[in-house]
Amino acid sequence: MDISKQTIEKHLSGNRRFDAFFTVVGLLSTFVGMITLAALLFDLASDGLGRISPQFFISFPSRFAAQAGILSAWVGTVLVMIVTALAAIPMGVGAGVYLEEYAPKNWLTGLIEINIANLAGVPSIVYGLMALGLFVYQFGFGQSVLSAGLTLALLILPIVIVATRESIRAVPLSMREAAYALGATKWQTTKDHVLPYSMGGILTGVIIALSRAIGETAPLITIGALTFIAFLPDPPIKGTFPFISFDWLWSPFSVMPIQMFNWVSRPQQEFHLNAAATGLILMGMTLLMNAVAIYFRYRFRKRIKW
Amino acid sequence: MKTSEADAGYLAAQAQVRSIPTNLTVQKIRERAIEFVMFLCAASSIAITCGIVWVLLAESWHFFRNVSLFDFLTDTQWTVLFENPRYGIMPLVTGTLVTSGIALLVALPLGTTIAIYLSEYANARVREILKPVLELLSAVPTVVFGYFALLFITPMLQNVLPDLPGFNMLSAGIVIGIMIIPYVSSLSEDAMKAVPVNIREGSYAMGATRFQTAVRVLIPSAFSGIASAYVLGFSRAVGETMVVAVAAGTQPNLTLNPMEGAATITAYIVQVSLGDLPHGSVAYQSIFAAGLTLMGMTLIFNIGGYLLRKRYREIY
Amino acid sequence: MVAIGTNGWNTEPLGGMMNFQENIDAPKTKPLALMKQPDPTRPEQAQVERSIIEVQDVNFYYGSAHALKSINIEIPEKKATAFIGPSGCGKTTLLRCLNRMNDLILNTRLTGTVQLDGKDIYDSSTDVINLRRRVGMIFQKWNPFPKSIYENVVYGLRIVGINNRGFLDEVAEKSLRRAALWDEVKDNLSKAATDLSGGQQQRLCIARALAVEPEVLLMDEPCSALDPISTAKVEELIHELKDTFTIVIVTHNMQQAARCADRTAFFYLGELIEIGDTAKLFTAPEQRQTEDYITGRFG
Repeated sequence: MDISKQTIEKHLSGNRRFDAFFTVVGLLSTFVGMITLAALLFDLASDGLGRISPQFFISFPSRFAAQAGILSAWVGTVLVMIVTALAAIPMGVGAGVYLEEYAPKNWLTGLIEINIANLAGVPSIVYGLMALGLFVYQFGFGQSVLSAGLTLALLILPIVIVATRESIRAVPLSMREAAYALGATKWQTTKDHVLPYSMGGILTGVIIALSRAIGETAPLITIGALTFIAFLPDPPIKGTFPFISFDWLWSPFSVMPIQMFNWVSRPQQEFHLNAAATGLILMGMTLLMNAVAIYFRYRFRKRIKW
Repeated sequence: MKTSEADAGYLAAQAQVRSIPTNLTVQKIRERAIEFVMFLCAASSIAITCGIVWVLLAESWHFFRNVSLFDFLTDTQWTVLFENPRYGIMPLVTGTLVTSGIALLVALPLGTTIAIYLSEYANARVREILKPVLELLSAVPTVVFGYFALLFITPMLQNVLPDLPGFNMLSAGIVIGIMIIPYVSSLSEDAMKAVPVNIREGSYAMGATRFQTAVRVLIPSAFSGIASAYVLGFSRAVGETMVVAVAAGTQPNLTLNPMEGAATITAYIVQVSLGDLPHGSVAYQSIFAAGLTLMGMTLIFNIGGYLLRKRYREIY
Repeated sequence: MVAIGTNGWNTEPLGGMMNFQENIDAPKTKPLALMKQPDPTRPEQAQVERSIIEVQDVNFYYGSAHALKSINIEIPEKKATAFIGPSGCGKTTLLRCLNRMNDLILNTRLTGTVQLDGKDIYDSSTDVINLRRRVGMIFQKWNPFPKSIYENVVYGLRIVGINNRGFLDEVAEKSLRRAALWDEVKDNLSKAATDLSGGQQQRLCIARALAVEPEVLLMDEPCSALDPISTAKVEELIHELKDTFTIVIVTHNMQQAARCADRTAFFYLGELIEIGDTAKLFTAPEQRQTEDYITGRFG
């Protein structure tokens, strides 16, 4: 074998050239993601921007594309998100706190952790199937805002739990020891120190989880969200006694991603424009929520000095 | 300076503080109750899994009382809503596998390349821009990706492949692939980061280039982690619903040709749910049987991915 | 009989030698009995030295590792006792046993009894919360909460339900004065605790511990991360505090033990080798190992 200095030099320079070549390849690969994002936004904007107007927000869907709007869809999204947040946040944070601060290292805790890890990988439509059998029929909640909110809450639960656990783990042991040494109970230590100091990370995780829930379509279609509703659920606040009503929980509903799906599934071009407009609004909401989450993460990370 | 410890007022205050009762029964009960409530929150995960399993199995059991398992697994047609319904799951399975396969063809090379680039080549500034972009990509709602596939990618591809139908598995597969790039690349990058620093430094110290280090040293060392990333990516692609429902069509079609439209398991479930099927009919139950199949597939992939990841964790 | 002052050094060297000869035949367990006998020629010693903590035959395990072996020790009330010894000898472990902080670590086990005021704290009926109020702890690395100075000091009282602003203000001032920190922070009690210097933060932790009026104060190498000036301030504090509180201090620094403590216990590899009045331990130790450690032959 020829191992003269020349051959080695040739190989080395070849390697260096390939290395430089790969830098370009790598950079281009990363561009795929950016270009897709840009193309996506551009495509949505070019078709949909024209449709966005105050009229769009306060009109119901209609057979006439030009008159159709997303009123029922965005109200439905708001109502469903309220239920989702109210269900997922306490459950997720409670579970996270329990697993980090209280849970003994036994088989039961191991089983719980395996389940959470597994649930994170279950396709979202399977959650819809479960909700259909359990919430809609077995429990009798029907095809309602309540079922939808609970379904999405269960879907995002693993995200909230993981975010909570990671934030709690970032609180150093010395804080807990200081509290215990003064005679604090476990709950006092948790509520006075562990939770407040990890609130930033928990908040970030919750916002990201909710932004994921806003865009979910498949499980809600499965439990029977309507794709064409020309009415709004009963308002939660009424003018007459008892002033607060829960009828809206049991009402049929639609949400924004489903409205978009409905419009894009139609052959007529005009509905596609509506779909693009809805998509643009959805993207705006998602991007906004993620930006807020990233901001919170940054601010809270800087604030606490141990 | 010595405080006058013998001062009666001081001793009284001291006694007052020391005499406050602590850990009363009421407090103990409250602590226990709070702990129990939090335990229930955590244990709900077990309940959810049981709920999923129970619903899928119960409804599928009803289904399989009307349809033979053999037919289900071997029949080549899925025509549930027709006059003489046929219940072969194969068309849906091929639809799922073809679109996911295409997704992997897109996501694995790109995802791994991005992982290598981010781990070995990129400086901090590039990383600061890139990571948020990838995060945002994974935050886009899937129905928006479906729109993108149907109304942007498909027309684009039709310029190159004039015979491409409006609904096809190719566009759907490509878009799903792009969608899971962040997932694959971040898991692979984590796997490569977990390789001990001295192994990486050893390679560089011998004069290897970044690419050689990445390909000859890091990837083999992190292989289990990267393989686990691939398997989990596949599982994500298999479970994807909206992109295929919008862009690949809802016609069950037993074919391996990506340039045709076909229904996946997930798209079928959506299609039925949009309709008005009476609760308790065989057609209604068929979505649970389909869901059970889907669950089985993803479970196998998830467990495979988990075992692979565990193996690579053990080595270090 | 030799005069051994509670605070001072032995000033009669010959007498010390005689005592040394007497004690050399005494078995290890006897010194406890000898310490308790009052010296009739010194009237202030007429009051019997009371032991507030009695450790009897304690063995402690981290999993299967035997960290403390048959420890028998008594901590006298309202005096400063130092635990010294090389790294890994178990002195911090024993300290943490005294307020059951080791309960927070998984897989640990203790046999034997630890009595506070005559009652075993490892008995199942013990109220651990109350125990930790009676026996406070200062840690090696100061750990004030990321709250204001005021909130740090009064936290111990808030958790038992005291929220009266006036009372808390009084307690805060009293505790900060006792920790020799009042003059430095009195102008701005709502300042963040973590903005203080290291020495100030450690004194804040002392003030925080004092606010709940403990009977015993455990200090785990409180000065090891401090500069000499802050160290001197903390040691001066110990001198003042030991009139009111019993202090047990773990230290790596033998000179510190010699400066601050009335009694010193030397540990090695999980065993209590020797305990005695500080002056005597450092000038005329009974055990060979003690002498080796003190003279720097190992450690």
